[in-house]
Amino acid sequence: MATLNSNIPAGPLASKWEKHKFSTKLINPANKRKYKIIVVGAGLAGASASATLAELGYEVHNFVFHDSPRRAHSVAAQGGINAAKNYQNDGDSVHRLFYDTIKGGDFRAREANVHRLAEVSVNIIDQCAAQGVPFAREYGGLLDNRSFGGAQVSRTFYARGQTGQQLLLGAYSALNKMIGAGGVKSYTHAEMLDLVVVDGHAKGIIVRNLQTGEITRHSGDAVVLATGGYGNVYNLSTYARGSNVTASWRAYKRGACFGNPCYTQIHPTCIPVSGDYQSKLTLMSESLRNDGRVWVPKRKEDCKKRPQDIAEEDRDYYLERMYSAFGNLAPRDIASRAAKTVCDEGRGIGETGLGVYLDFSAAINRLGEAKVRERYGNLFAMYHEITNESAYQTPMRIYPAVHYTMGGLWVDYNLMSNVPGLFVLGEANFSDHGANRLGASALMQGLSDGYFVLPATISGYLATQNPGKRPAADAAAFKEAEENVQTLTKRLLGNKGKRTPDSFHKELGKLMWEYCGMARNKAGLEKGIKAIGELREEFWKNVSVLGEAGEWNQSLERAGRIADFIELGELMCRDALMREESCGGHFREEYQYTPDDPETKQGLVNPGDVKRRDDQFAFVSAWEYAGAPDKAPILNKEPLVYEEVHMSTRSYK
Amino acid sequence: MKVTLKVWRQKNANTPGGFKTYSSPDLNENMSFLEMLDVVNEELANKGEEPIAFDHDCREGICGTCSLVIDGKPHGPHQGVATCQTYMRSFKNGDEIVIEPFRAKAFPLIKDLVVDRAAFDRIQHAGGFISVRTGAAPDANSIPVPKENADLAMDAAQCIGCGACVAACKNASAMLFVAAKVSHLGLMPQGQPERYKRVKAMVDQMDAEGFGGCTVTGSCEAVCPKEISLDFIARMNRDYGVALLKGEPKAMEGGGVG
Repeated sequence: MATLNSNIPAGPLASKWEKHKFSTKLINPANKRKYKIIVVGAGLAGASASATLAELGYEVHNFVFHDSPRRAHSVAAQGGINAAKNYQNDGDSVHRLFYDTIKGGDFRAREANVHRLAEVSVNIIDQCAAQGVPFAREYGGLLDNRSFGGAQVSRTFYARGQTGQQLLLGAYSALNKMIGAGGVKSYTHAEMLDLVVVDGHAKGIIVRNLQTGEITRHSGDAVVLATGGYGNVYNLSTYARGSNVTASWRAYKRGACFGNPCYTQIHPTCIPVSGDYQSKLTLMSESLRNDGRVWVPKRKEDCKKRPQDIAEEDRDYYLERMYSAFGNLAPRDIASRAAKTVCDEGRGIGETGLGVYLDFSAAINRLGEAKVRERYGNLFAMYHEITNESAYQTPMRIYPAVHYTMGGLWVDYNLMSNVPGLFVLGEANFSDHGANRLGASALMQGLSDGYFVLPATISGYLATQNPGKRPAADAAAFKEAEENVQTLTKRLLGNKGKRTPDSFHKELGKLMWEYCGMARNKAGLEKGIKAIGELREEFWKNVSVLGEAGEWNQSLERAGRIADFIELGELMCRDALMREESCGGHFREEYQYTPDDPETKQGLVNPGDVKRRDDQFAFVSAWEYAGAPDKAPILNKEPLVYEEVHMSTRSYK
Repeated sequence: MKVTLKVWRQKNANTPGGFKTYSSPDLNENMSFLEMLDVVNEELANKGEEPIAFDHDCREGICGTCSLVIDGKPHGPHQGVATCQTYMRSFKNGDEIVIEPFRAKAFPLIKDLVVDRAAFDRIQHAGGFISVRTGAAPDANSIPVPKENADLAMDAAQCIGCGACVAACKNASAMLFVAAKVSHLGLMPQGQPERYKRVKAMVDQMDAEGFGGCTVTGSCEAVCPKEISLDFIARMNRDYGVALLKGEPKAMEGGGVG
């Protein structure tokens, strides 16, 4: 069994972080440059961490598989970033942001981490503004805000419909400054394929140069993974096609525990699937729900009619009906499940019947088309580009799609995994969003981890390490890890089967969506585990990877990532099967509120809402690799202790 | 629908390349252009032929990875979109479509349709930032920014760094890209202290990378997926001129006191 110590500092919640920073050992300025830190990934978390660590004086080596750090998928976030600035004077505070996030995560996140996130949120906005991020502004020149799901205040900062790109460009510019100054050495087209563990500590990585196929060894005093989420296990998702779990998965196979793998976010407002050839799903920002109203026809027979031919009284604005307090701004998991429910009732719209309307006519009548265009013009243009329809004239058609993964490698309060020296940031770790992430908090967490948390906590570990004794890259563990990578590459290229890697990805995606998607149950998950196990065997019997090892080879890259996704898919199903409760985005059909439950009768929840079982499942599941893909992984549990917050029934009614 | 593709295939930078012709399988007009290539590649792979290498990632027009020249035009027939946002409904059944990489001396070819755009990164290492240490920032509302300036800076900041401007330019000039970066930071009050140093450093690096000069034909603006305006080039030229007039700041002699 792994040893899991969350290392949450003692003392009152609001002063834990301050106290912890003070009690964490520091490295003196003259010694910092002796430490070499490997950072994998350069999205919001990886770029901000690399830049900040280099500013502090550490020698930083940054690795990305992209051709440029600026391409990391953080770039695609549209809507915004939360911060408890209370610039709107609408009652926001650090405590309120903390509470909203804990509640939004359905009381499955770590209390102390979330409070720290809320505290740091205000510094992030300051930092980004100072970097020249062109946030939206009011006419007086001050920062503008809007509202996002799960909140009743306006605390979301944004930059048109491309907040992610603008924040990433900010972090990338900080990284560029430090690359230019020599503090960071940047490796692009460099994919991490293994973690090197020496005497139980993470001390290096094995990297493949995607242009030349060359495999190299890199040693460091600590390894930081900021490699993003794993939603592409579903094949169809809003992720970039290149996003993958490989860095995290290879670390898992070297002993790092995987936390809450089944917690997946299905985002309610994406453009529906149109055909078999489809490679990705496109998100329509949650910010649209500020002004868009979600509805389906009340009667099945109306579903094939044109929306403008359906009279007002024949429309069911189901979110406003079911969750009157939050309405169209209900949290993502709730809005997604509600869309599935109405479609399952046969009231879905569009060719496939898997769609609902997001209607702007009321907003256009109230504000005028010009104002709506100013707020959402680029999103409407994007929608038009994909569907050939104008959302100014006819409602958008939307449906939920996989968008984010709350699970990830297990980390303690210092963001260190159970493998000493291995730190995990951003979406790649598990800690801050519980079972459901609220909108506009992924950007916040990535930057919080990278700019403020890791740079303050990593010194505690480094102070226990002697950089003069850093293992050299010719140590036995490096040799073994490199051979492991070479063997895998040879096995893939030498397999000479009959099926393309992508055909396996598609098949895996269908299994995952069917058995481990928006609604899960025991029988389905058991079926899924069996089917994915068979798919893994079929993959190694029958995959065909063309081309050579020593060149640019996209089939080889993809095949390795898909092999990891298959193994991960099985773990996600196991986690979902083990978790016999519903919480946030994890909906087990067996555990939902019925009309007879007291909470339903009190009007706190609707029948069909998720039902937690705090007495048995208030813990983080941290899965440990058992040495082979066909061996059942070992379950470790970190109990969730709430010192300040009362774990209540989540109500948005 | 079906189309014929004339695709540039080249094993690597050291091996000469050439066009190869492929017939597509049956396509759906709602497919994106890249999905069409996926389908063609699956068919090639199933025949044991190596798939066409092409760059792509987010497939929603924001990461700037996709980079094809389609029928002579970077990012294909439509204005204001990237290749990944181009759909097969823009073509007709039976069309012959020519697909080439972004060609420029400063973008060396890696394989088939994939080129190396690291020169863009190096230009930004030279000065594409505001020097602010993490933790040293004042409150975000302490410096108001007129909305017009913020909006204009945002227009420039939209650049996704794809390099279509370079591929479209007969001189393979990177002026629109660099101008967008320089203007974004130069329009914000936070960017003022390093404004002239920045433009000088970035333009010098651009020249060192082997990009050509600008002769203001405007082909860059015409293909830019974010429709970045040529005005920013004028703005950068003005800043560059001022930077030259100001000259290098005097070197400081000696160390600090104390």
